[in-house]
Amino acid sequence: MEERNFSDISYEQYLNENKLMGSRCKKCGVLYTPPRALCIKCYSSEMEWVEMKGDGKLSAFTCIAVGPPFMIDEGYDRNHLYCVGVVELDEGTRVDARIEGVDTNKPDTIKVGMPVSVEFLHRGEGEELMTYLAFKPA
Amino acid sequence: MLKKRKLGRGVAVVGAGMSRFGMFKDMDSKDLFVEAFREMLLSVDKGVDPNEIEALYLGNFSNDFFMHQAHWAPIISDLIGVTPKPATRTEGACASSALSFREGVFAIASGFYDMVLVGGVEEMSKCSTAEVAEGLALATVPYEGKVGFTFPGVFGVIGTSYFAKYGASREHLMNVTIKSHNNAPLNPKAQIPYSVRDLMNAKIERIKQKGRPLPQWKDEKDFLRDPSANPVVAWPMNLYDCCPISDGASCMLLVAEDIAKNFTDKPLYVAGIGQGSGRGFHAAKSLTSFEATINAAEEAYGMSGLKPEDIQFAEVHDCFSIAEIIHTEDLGFFKPGEGYKAVEEGLTRLDGPKPINTSGGLKSKGHPVGATGTSQLFEVWKQLRNEAGKRQVPNKNLRFGAAHNLGGTGGTCTFTILERR
Repeated sequence: MEERNFSDISYEQYLNENKLMGSRCKKCGVLYTPPRALCIKCYSSEMEWVEMKGDGKLSAFTCIAVGPPFMIDEGYDRNHLYCVGVVELDEGTRVDARIEGVDTNKPDTIKVGMPVSVEFLHRGEGEELMTYLAFKPA
Repeated sequence: MLKKRKLGRGVAVVGAGMSRFGMFKDMDSKDLFVEAFREMLLSVDKGVDPNEIEALYLGNFSNDFFMHQAHWAPIISDLIGVTPKPATRTEGACASSALSFREGVFAIASGFYDMVLVGGVEEMSKCSTAEVAEGLALATVPYEGKVGFTFPGVFGVIGTSYFAKYGASREHLMNVTIKSHNNAPLNPKAQIPYSVRDLMNAKIERIKQKGRPLPQWKDEKDFLRDPSANPVVAWPMNLYDCCPISDGASCMLLVAEDIAKNFTDKPLYVAGIGQGSGRGFHAAKSLTSFEATINAAEEAYGMSGLKPEDIQFAEVHDCFSIAEIIHTEDLGFFKPGEGYKAVEEGLTRLDGPKPINTSGGLKSKGHPVGATGTSQLFEVWKQLRNEAGKRQVPNKNLRFGAAHNLGGTGGTCTFTILERR
C-alpha cells in the first residue's frame, strides 16, 4: 500500500475514496480505527495500513433533534432527527458514524447489536469534497 | 493497584462562596465572580485580610467562545484586588474549576504558597441555544463532532448502550430527574428551584389560562413521558434529562493546614484528590463507564485510604440524567448496572443512605460550566459544616463528602474528598 501519514487527514482522504482504513502495529499486531501513528500498547511507530471490510454491529446510537449548524444545513431539525452511533467493526475496533436507513421517529425500533454495513456520504466536490462515514442496516 | 499518593503538606478549605446560578441579563460573569468572592470573605469565620491571598487559579471553559473575550483570569484578579499576584486560568471543559482547585492544592502542598484563591466562572446565557451547543461541542472528541454528535448526543449513546447492557429504560432516567428537582427548591441559589410536580402544575396553569384542552397527566412521570412537555433533544435524552444553560461563579479559599485554625474552628481538609483523562468512543474501554472517573477515584481513594462506602454524600456531574447513574457506579457507590436501581429504590435521595446531588445537581442548580467544579465543592463545604439549611443531610455525623466533576465527554474527570475532623 502507498505511503501516507498515519493521520486523521489521511483517514479522511481515504473516506473520500470510499475506503475505511485503520492502522496496524507491525510489531505487536494491534489494530486501530481511526489510524494511529504510534502504537499505544507497545509504543512502536512501525505501522501499516489495513482496509476494513465495512461490516459490524451497532454498539450504541442516539437520535438528535438539536444538531450543529452543518447538520441543520442538511435539513435536520426537531421534526427531522438524524441518527449517529458507535459501530463495532467485525475486525474488533470501533468507529463513530452517521447511521442511515433507520426510523429516527421511532428510536425503539433501532436495535443495539443489529448488523450494519458501511456507506460513504459524499458532500461537496473537488477541493471541497468531504465524506461522512456512515452505516446502514445490513 | 492503588498507589498511595500524598500531599507534601496538608491543605485546608477555610472559606467558600458561590453566586446565584441562572440566566442574568443585568450581570456578566465578572459581576458574578465578585458576588461569589464577597460571600467567600464573609464565610471565613475569624476573618481574612484579602491581601494575604498569594495567587488566583480560575477555571473557565470558554469565555473566548461564549463572550469573545479571552484571558479572563487577570481581569477578574484585578476586580477582587489580587493583582499583581499571579492569576492563572485552568481549562478542562466542564471540569475547569475542579482543576483550579487541584492546582491550588498542589501550590500549597508544595510549600510555595500558604494561601490561594481557587474558583471558576462562566457566562453562557447571552448566546443562543445553537451557539451554546456549538461552543460545548468544541469539547467533544473530533471524530464524534465531525459526524454530528452533540453533547446530549454523546450521552444519548451512553444511554442506549447502558439500556441494552443492563435493561434500564427512560423510566429509570426520570427517577434521577425527579430526585434532583426535589432537592433544588431547598437550595436558594438553584437556577430551577422547582420540583417536577411544581413545573407540571405551572404548565397546567398556563394551559388553563390560554383556554386550551387540559392535559391528562396522572403524575410527574406521566408528564415526563409526554413529548409535548418533554421533547427529545438527543434520544434517549429529552429536555428534562439535560442541564440548563447558566451563568455563575464560585470560589474557595485554600490555606496550609497548619494555619487553618487562624481562620476558622471548622476548616475542611483535603482528604483525597484525583484526576483522570479519557478518550472518545472509538477507543474507550467501555461505553457505559468513564475511564477518567475510575482513575480519579483510584487516586483519591488511594490518597485518603477511604473506600466508596466511607463517602457519606456526594455531588456528581449530572450534566445529563444518565451521567449521574454512570458516575455513581464508576465511583464505586453502586455496582455496575445497579446505579439505576439505587435511584429507583430511593438510596440517593436527600434522606437516603447515600445522598447524591443534594444541591439539586447540575440539572436544577444550573451548570455554568467553568464554575461547576468549585460550586460542587461549595455544596460539600455547606453540608460538612452543617450549614446547608433545609437541604442539610439528616446524618448528624458527617465527616466525609466528595465531589465528582466531568469535563467534555469524559476527557477530564476529577474526584475530590473533603473531610471535617
